[in-house]
Amino acid sequence: MNSRRRPAIERGAEGAPRCAPAENASAARRAPVFVSPDLERLDIVAVGHVDHGKSTVIGRLMADTGSLPEGKLEQVKAMCKINARPFEYAFLLDALKNEQAQGITIDTARCFFNTPNRHYIIHDAPGHVEFLKNMITGASRAQAALLVIDAHEGVRENSKRHGYILSMLGIRQIAVLVNKMDLLAWDQAAFDAVTREYADFLARLGVRPTSFIPVSARDGANIAARAAEAPWYDGPTVLEQVEAFKGLDDDLDRPFRMPLQDVYKFTAAGDERRIFVGTVESGRVRPGDEVVFLPSGKRSKVATIEALSGPRPDEAYAGQATGLTLDAQVYAKPGELMVRADEPAPLVADRLRANIFWMATAPLVRGRRYVLRMGAARVPVELESVLSVLDSQELQSVTGAAQVERHDVAEVVFRSTRPVAFDAAETLEPTSRFVVVAGFDTAGCGIALEALPEAAASADAERRFSVGDVTGEQRAARYGHAGKAVVFVGESAEDAHAVAASLERRIFGLGVHSYCLSATDLGDEKDVLGREAQLGRLGEIAWALTDAGIVLVAALGDMDRFDLDRLRALAAPHEVFVIGRGDGGDLGADLDLPTTLAIEEAAQAALRALTAAGVLPAPAA
Amino acid sequence: MNQLETLEAKSVHILREAYRALGNVCMLWSIGKDSTVLLHLARKAFFGHVPIPLVHIDTAYKMPEMIAYRDQLALEWRLNLVVGQNREALREKQTFPDGNVDRIACCRNLKTMALKHTLDGEWPRLRMDHDRGELVEDADLSPYTGVIVGVRADEEGSRSKERYFSPRDVENDWNVDDQPPELWRYFKTDFEPGTHVRVHPLLDWTELNVWEYIERESIPVTSLYFDNGEGIRCRSLGCWPCTTPVRSTATNVPEIIEELRSGKFSNIAERSGRAQDKDDGGGLESLRRGGYM
Repeated sequence: MNSRRRPAIERGAEGAPRCAPAENASAARRAPVFVSPDLERLDIVAVGHVDHGKSTVIGRLMADTGSLPEGKLEQVKAMCKINARPFEYAFLLDALKNEQAQGITIDTARCFFNTPNRHYIIHDAPGHVEFLKNMITGASRAQAALLVIDAHEGVRENSKRHGYILSMLGIRQIAVLVNKMDLLAWDQAAFDAVTREYADFLARLGVRPTSFIPVSARDGANIAARAAEAPWYDGPTVLEQVEAFKGLDDDLDRPFRMPLQDVYKFTAAGDERRIFVGTVESGRVRPGDEVVFLPSGKRSKVATIEALSGPRPDEAYAGQATGLTLDAQVYAKPGELMVRADEPAPLVADRLRANIFWMATAPLVRGRRYVLRMGAARVPVELESVLSVLDSQELQSVTGAAQVERHDVAEVVFRSTRPVAFDAAETLEPTSRFVVVAGFDTAGCGIALEALPEAAASADAERRFSVGDVTGEQRAARYGHAGKAVVFVGESAEDAHAVAASLERRIFGLGVHSYCLSATDLGDEKDVLGREAQLGRLGEIAWALTDAGIVLVAALGDMDRFDLDRLRALAAPHEVFVIGRGDGGDLGADLDLPTTLAIEEAAQAALRALTAAGVLPAPAA
Repeated sequence: MNQLETLEAKSVHILREAYRALGNVCMLWSIGKDSTVLLHLARKAFFGHVPIPLVHIDTAYKMPEMIAYRDQLALEWRLNLVVGQNREALREKQTFPDGNVDRIACCRNLKTMALKHTLDGEWPRLRMDHDRGELVEDADLSPYTGVIVGVRADEEGSRSKERYFSPRDVENDWNVDDQPPELWRYFKTDFEPGTHVRVHPLLDWTELNVWEYIERESIPVTSLYFDNGEGIRCRSLGCWPCTTPVRSTATNVPEIIEELRSGKFSNIAERSGRAQDKDDGGGLESLRRGGYM
């Protein structure tokens, strides 16, 4: 196309175009309201073995429904001419130059098309095995799938693998397109053979395809128009099938689940609201509903559902990105799962059984730390065991594997150092989905199957130190007191440290062997492995100083109940005396010192409590 | 939920995720309809606040109406507006309108380079001073590690393959062949130091969706999109030397929607009036690999 064919720009005095005068935009909108058709959108993924014709199917579907922009077809035809290649519908989608050179779909491409009934996005997912992660990316966005099999080549490895992945991703609506029927002269027996083989395979996964459709994408037969060559086929065309797929909106009637994405307080702008935001995965919630945040167990009641403007909605429901305020203030942190108190509770566990698909080049192994992302939560995990690995060729479970290789599908047990809230896939699929991050990369994805009981003894407890012959009793007799770790936890690290330092001065003044050490923070909230390591060091220090008979006073800043549990486990067999400084109040602390107490008062109160608890020797009368 | 509600929810989720998970993130505001819809979505996501700076790259060849509209909205909504420009290229007249370079090189100079160095803080920036009501030199030149952009998958081929969260390495390179997986609502938000992220909340929107949403939400857009009686209007806004208006008598949003839905533009690509696309071999790929949005 040549721009000279288009209307020329008229230049104004300053050289700027007089494209339109400075007219008031809002005045321009004062026109009769055009009612927008209230249609839904369906996301469909197209998958299949390489060269089985996915892209051609989509290109044809778009062309035959009149969904192609004019420029697009011309552009691709012109490119074909330049490259001296015959035009193919598949090229419409392979818009990138390097792909046209290789003739395969490298990445997921979105194609938009409309019918009078619905809007569609088709995610064209690559068929090459190296690009499985791209196929998964496309498939995880879809509510239905078109799985293309070459009638001539039959069922291939990726046909199987894709079928398995679709089932694992929870896509229940699958249409199998048996393509290139023209090459087999539309032989019904050949179609039946492919259909039978693949249906048997899917049946073993518990998947029943919505339909098997014989097509020739190149000729457009049974895509939008019915194939005259196959009078024996009376099922739907691809277009009819696509129109018959159902949108998924049944999550409304299931229990309310909202991963807490963030908590906003834009006080600088004079806004006093504390807004709990997230996208509702399932169910609905209304003002007045009692809610629980998990795993912390914090409870409150919904006060309002917030909006940018206009009246506040009286309900937030599945699919919405919403924000709520609460009646009673709770310090729920981003990452927790918000649920309704009157509905079935999710699972909370630090061990879980799961199905996983591994995408990273480096295998999933034991002894390495990964980050599990479940909803908005990020927790450190490690692989505890591999229960079975699925052979994608034969679909047989292989037990006894030590690790999970790239492109393997496996059933595994993960263990975390802190609990995470989720649902089992068969109960509530959306909140069973997770990904595993290795280093900086999303390395695996999966669904949780079951919560497992807490592991008996954590590996952290096995310490690799040898101590000398002097016993704790001997030290206590010498020092006049036993060792103890006293930790302050509070939202303000500076304040907690000031109280800790003041307390230690008092204790030291009593002749006690003491030490004060503060970790201002555990590090970036997001860097869960870094935080975990920092906590591990603190636990080691607490153990060592306590074992040495010293009273350690430590300020540890903002920690939650689960951080403290881990600290206690690390310091074992020594006990930790926890002092909460602030308004949280649900740490299970041995002593709570509200911030209304000034630093010196708080230190004095702590001293009294420690003496009463027998941690410090009673003052000589 | 209908289509617009679904799109809105996903975009809001992405904006919140970018704000939570990325460090120093900014949002690109070209003053066009897409990035203005993005701005509106941000106001929804953050309940009337926009806690993210809005970066505008001023090529000096934008139409005057766009600049006036930009400053007016920035003051009205108290936006943290940051403006960057390739001052050197303009001074040296290394531009297409000056006749010294071709369109692609001009885009590279005035947009890509200006954007790159405005984001990395190597070039000066202007910031809206709300007390004085004007742009002033910005003392804060800390680099932005993430940028939220209003590109849509339906615009052209290379954009249809984008991720919602798309990493670019230190060299600004986009590795199209090896993009990170994106599953469900899990976007890649862990990056090696030095990586720069582009976030695309509008990826699943079409041109028609954008106009339908502008209609539904009464979002103000610049008058350049409407015919003022001469029978032409802009469909896609760029620099005036490379933006050809289309023949259209649409004077308001509903008429534009009608044109797109079933009328004269239902089958014509939106960027057909943008000359640099054609000079780039039918796609924006080479420009985009170099950092073009």
